[in-house]
Amino acid sequence: MLQIPVWNKMVIILLVLAGIAFAMPNLFYERVERHNDAVALIERTGATTDALEAERALWPDLLPGTLVNLGLDLRGGAHLLAEVQVADVYEARMDALWPELRDVLREVRDTVGTIRRQDAPAGELHVRISEPAGIAAAVEAARRLATPVVSLTGVGAPTLEVRGDNDLLIVTLSEAERQATDDRTMQQSVEIVRRRVDEAGTREPTIQRQGADRILIQVPGIGSAQELKDLIGTTARLTFHPVVSRTTDAQAEVDARQILLPSMDEEGAFYVLEQTPVVTGDDLVDSQPAFDQQTGQPAVTFRFNPSGARAFGDYTAANVGAPFAIVLDEEVISAPVIRQAITGGSGQITGNFTVEGSTELAVLLRAGALPAEMVFLEERTIGPELGADSIAAGEIAAVVAFASVLVFMVLSYGLFGFFASVALILNVGLIFGVLSVIGATLTLPGIAGIVLTIGMAVDANVLVFERIREELKTAKGPARAIEQGYARALSAIIDANLTTFIIAVILFTLGSGPVRGFSITLGIGIITSVFTAIYVTRLLIVTWFDRARPKTIEV
Amino acid sequence: MRLRLVPQETNIDFFKHARLTLGASVVAMILSVAVWLGMGLNFGIDFLGGTTIRTESSTPVDVAAYRAALDALDLGDVSITQVFDPTFGPEQNVAMIRIQAQAGQESVTPETVLAVQDALRTVYPAMSFPSVESVGPKVSGELIQTAIIAVIASLGAILVYIWLRFEWQFSVGAVAALIHDIILTVGLFALLQIRFDLATIAALLTIVGYSINDTVVIFDRLRENLVKYKSRGLQDVMNLSANETLSRTLMTSGTTLLALLALLVLGGDVIRGFVFAIFWGVIVGTYSSIFVAKNIVLMIGVKRDWSKPDAKAGTQFSNIDA
Repeated sequence: MLQIPVWNKMVIILLVLAGIAFAMPNLFYERVERHNDAVALIERTGATTDALEAERALWPDLLPGTLVNLGLDLRGGAHLLAEVQVADVYEARMDALWPELRDVLREVRDTVGTIRRQDAPAGELHVRISEPAGIAAAVEAARRLATPVVSLTGVGAPTLEVRGDNDLLIVTLSEAERQATDDRTMQQSVEIVRRRVDEAGTREPTIQRQGADRILIQVPGIGSAQELKDLIGTTARLTFHPVVSRTTDAQAEVDARQILLPSMDEEGAFYVLEQTPVVTGDDLVDSQPAFDQQTGQPAVTFRFNPSGARAFGDYTAANVGAPFAIVLDEEVISAPVIRQAITGGSGQITGNFTVEGSTELAVLLRAGALPAEMVFLEERTIGPELGADSIAAGEIAAVVAFASVLVFMVLSYGLFGFFASVALILNVGLIFGVLSVIGATLTLPGIAGIVLTIGMAVDANVLVFERIREELKTAKGPARAIEQGYARALSAIIDANLTTFIIAVILFTLGSGPVRGFSITLGIGIITSVFTAIYVTRLLIVTWFDRARPKTIEV
Repeated sequence: MRLRLVPQETNIDFFKHARLTLGASVVAMILSVAVWLGMGLNFGIDFLGGTTIRTESSTPVDVAAYRAALDALDLGDVSITQVFDPTFGPEQNVAMIRIQAQAGQESVTPETVLAVQDALRTVYPAMSFPSVESVGPKVSGELIQTAIIAVIASLGAILVYIWLRFEWQFSVGAVAALIHDIILTVGLFALLQIRFDLATIAALLTIVGYSINDTVVIFDRLRENLVKYKSRGLQDVMNLSANETLSRTLMTSGTTLLALLALLVLGGDVIRGFVFAIFWGVIVGTYSSIFVAKNIVLMIGVKRDWSKPDAKAGTQFSNIDA
């Protein structure tokens, strides 16, 4: 009656062995990490050195080498939650639309009269026409600029919403187009943040989109959130504007559609510029640090894509002798006079750069400008020492917790308690094995989750043992008591653990960061503890019972 | 000889002082809510927004000097607390400084943080700052919302699960016990002014998970015994079930508390509040599954015939009754 089918035994043993095999690398954390880093580097560069091979030899290639990721609170690093100001892009879109709109309105000049762009709230394009009677024609003409939105949800809806208000033509992006734009903005922002973080070459950064307009950025090993912000927070938005005038008055009055920007190098100098840029950094295809051939000063070269090159060439050809401004993040880097048409689509920016400054700017320009500004909602920096302290404290606590639970179990249940203890050790091994395989991140609350699991994992065993004790009282013989004990305790075990598991799932869905780390270890701990209690302990007990064939047992 | 937390056979009447125990629970809950409303919770930056800076120095923490240094910066509400922990070395003196969310800023600007750090370094030049955390008011508002949703969702999920597996009376009893545990824990946090943050919410949910675990085991036995002893009174069968599972209840609570105690003492100060909440929750959770959940079920009453319609044993009795 007390039998477990052979295949069943095999599966149990195999699962346990696999779990332990995957958990083992974590015991040699630093070695395995260095080995993995070396392997990754060799694969990436395709070349190897003796030093790299030595690092690689720290851990055999054949053994599993996946590790549990350590969370920021254990390893130290920086955490940022950024909100992308997606609405910024609407304005840029309107600016880009203006020349096109101007052209189509000029075609119907006879009915609409003269046109003039007006200042408008962000994300709207207002055009005043001199003949109010022609507003219907103007709306009609503007609507022709709208194209169907390209997205999964808003199929067919036009990109623009156009309405006329007396002599005012108002153009905005349609709701569907806003959503599609937001989505593109987010994808682009995530991609650019990822590229910038990757350029810095840190280990295992997490860059995730969260919700509609947020990006979660976690970079282990970086010194502070400020460093990380410097790396990703710079918009590096490069634009070229026609210059209207130069002034030293910071409060200078400017006309509609003009902007006043400070000079980067000259204290107290300001430029009045046309608000609509001729070309933007979006059209850049390459940028490199260089030295100016005449002065030997550090400079940055750039090259435009064909459409950018054409726009730039047309403008410079038409404005020889006039100054134009190179603007980076709302500051005028320089405002040279156009000597001749620049048709090749490439050029050079000189300013008061240092060599590092020019290199950094080239990197930022190459990675692309962030399409919109980011506001940081949450910033956390955790020093590596604090993380190391936490690991040390967590380890000691776990060992003490472990030892005391083992002693307690053996004192309470004798040999059966010993079996449960073996299962408990395997259980912790399995937790680490699963964590490694799924690439989960271990956080400080996660360690607490494991310790809590150590305490709670014995619960299923306790349920069974108590049940066996009760069954023994009715004197049906030890084998029957064991069998009945397992069978009857099962429903309580399932109910009790399923409810806790539900909680773990809720924590996982709603939690973030450390809380999520806790829910993962708790959830995995529940599964492995039920497995070890029902299958592993049982296997141990049954095997022992088969060998020893005791007449009576004491639980 | 085996270690036994309770004698082999117990026959405790858990309802003997039902009025007293349930009354005590109700009074404790009312007191908790009163303390909660009266003293308020010591919300962490997760829920309030603001910045915390952890400082570490080899000289003893001088709260007054720190405060004097920071007062000049005019940052609004600043709280400075020294942190003690058995895991700290002799040269390790740690303090936590909390600065309220600054008007018009999402997360505190680096300039502010730098100004604070510079001001503190005038007190002790070699001071280090192992962690700096800043949460903007926008996120903290959402975190509160998520936390409340999480607690309600878990109670709802348990209500439904117990209802499906048992009977609605059981789920009412179980959820009543859980609310009891949550309120007592929040009350204790208010009373002791322990920092209440996201981790505390996770702890609350863990308590919910643990307490329900305990309650369900007793309910499971109760359901079994209700089928077995159809003619005995409900209170009697409840007592029997609680006595039969008492050894297990205390064993599991014992091992869990043992593990948690190790973490509480040795796990470091960063997660102490979190562990403390769970530690306390295991105690009240065990109490509530024995003294609260069952009492509620007893008060509502429960259907006695658990047999399946086609089972013979069930129909025999009903025939006699009819």
